[in-house]
Amino acid sequence: MSDNPVASSTGTHSALAETGGPHHEKHPSYQRHHFETVGQQADATNFAMWLFLLTEVMFFGGLFTAYLIYRNWYYPAFVAASHQLDVRWGTLNTLVLILSSFTMAMGVWCSETRRKSGLVLCLILTFTLGMCFLGIKSIEYHEKWEKHHIPGPHYSLQSFLDPASDESAAQYGDKPLPLDMARHTEIYFFLYFAMTGMHALHMVIGIAILGYMIFRARAGAYTTGHVTFVENFGLYWHFVDIIWIYLFALLYLISRHQ
Amino acid sequence: MSEQTSHAEHEHHIVSPKVYIVVVLGLLVGTALTVWASFIDLGPWNPVIALAIATGKAMLVVLFFMGVKYSTKLTKLTVIAGIFIFLGLISMTLADYMSRAWGRW
Repeated sequence: MSDNPVASSTGTHSALAETGGPHHEKHPSYQRHHFETVGQQADATNFAMWLFLLTEVMFFGGLFTAYLIYRNWYYPAFVAASHQLDVRWGTLNTLVLILSSFTMAMGVWCSETRRKSGLVLCLILTFTLGMCFLGIKSIEYHEKWEKHHIPGPHYSLQSFLDPASDESAAQYGDKPLPLDMARHTEIYFFLYFAMTGMHALHMVIGIAILGYMIFRARAGAYTTGHVTFVENFGLYWHFVDIIWIYLFALLYLISRHQ
Repeated sequence: MSEQTSHAEHEHHIVSPKVYIVVVLGLLVGTALTVWASFIDLGPWNPVIALAIATGKAMLVVLFFMGVKYSTKLTKLTVIAGIFIFLGLISMTLADYMSRAWGRW
């Protein structure tokens, strides 16, 4: 009994293989066999990409929730620690990332309208802006390293116990925090490095994929009507941009008026 | 008619560069606005305004750069479901903290 379906399915398979030639001409080479149409395939892929992004939302969501609770608990520590970030670097990085999202969106458009050199240019610009972002981020991280603001055994409370000795703290007229509250600035920096670090890791992965895409785009891979890869990568890149929009507001702009 | 279009596969919508330019300008203005607002003392409204502007910017990105405005109902539903669950999880976590340990840390 079990033999029959197997036999018949193999039969059908070989029959299909024989007529494979004409069958293949009906649809573009990039359409997989299990999809009825290119549109169905694009929709399914788009849906899958969004599901992946939802898992990312949940992942970053945990970090944002931790931030929210600790910020409410140790608000003075968060304010003082936030003053250690340079809002100019943060703003510049926000602008860089927004522009990179724009060049990526234009890349998708070039791919859709089959402009090969335009696509390559947009991808290179996105790649470059992504690298600029990481460059600026590393300058900021280096500053934290020098001031011993990286959580761990070498963490220094100097800027929070004696703000007058610290340029950034003095600029905002910070008052010395009690030792107990000052110690909680380490939580802020832990969250700062966890959140911006995770974001930066996403940028590194994105930039690596962009490098691959530039290489493929030059060979004309995405300008023949098959835009799915560029489009879905665009979704990922824009998602990373959205995370930064929130990180910037929450980490840099807590209380610049104080 | 609408029944038919929802069954037929999605027509690929190409967003014009003009839309992208308007959106990127909106995002740049939003960034300038949020930095400016953060330097003004608005008491408890500072974080509210910062988050409101960030959400406005995120909406622009989701609707236009990510093309959700032009996407299928399935995609729209997926995005809304994601936001809903995210907010639900945050509220439940906060409800737990606020009803048990608040003020006793």
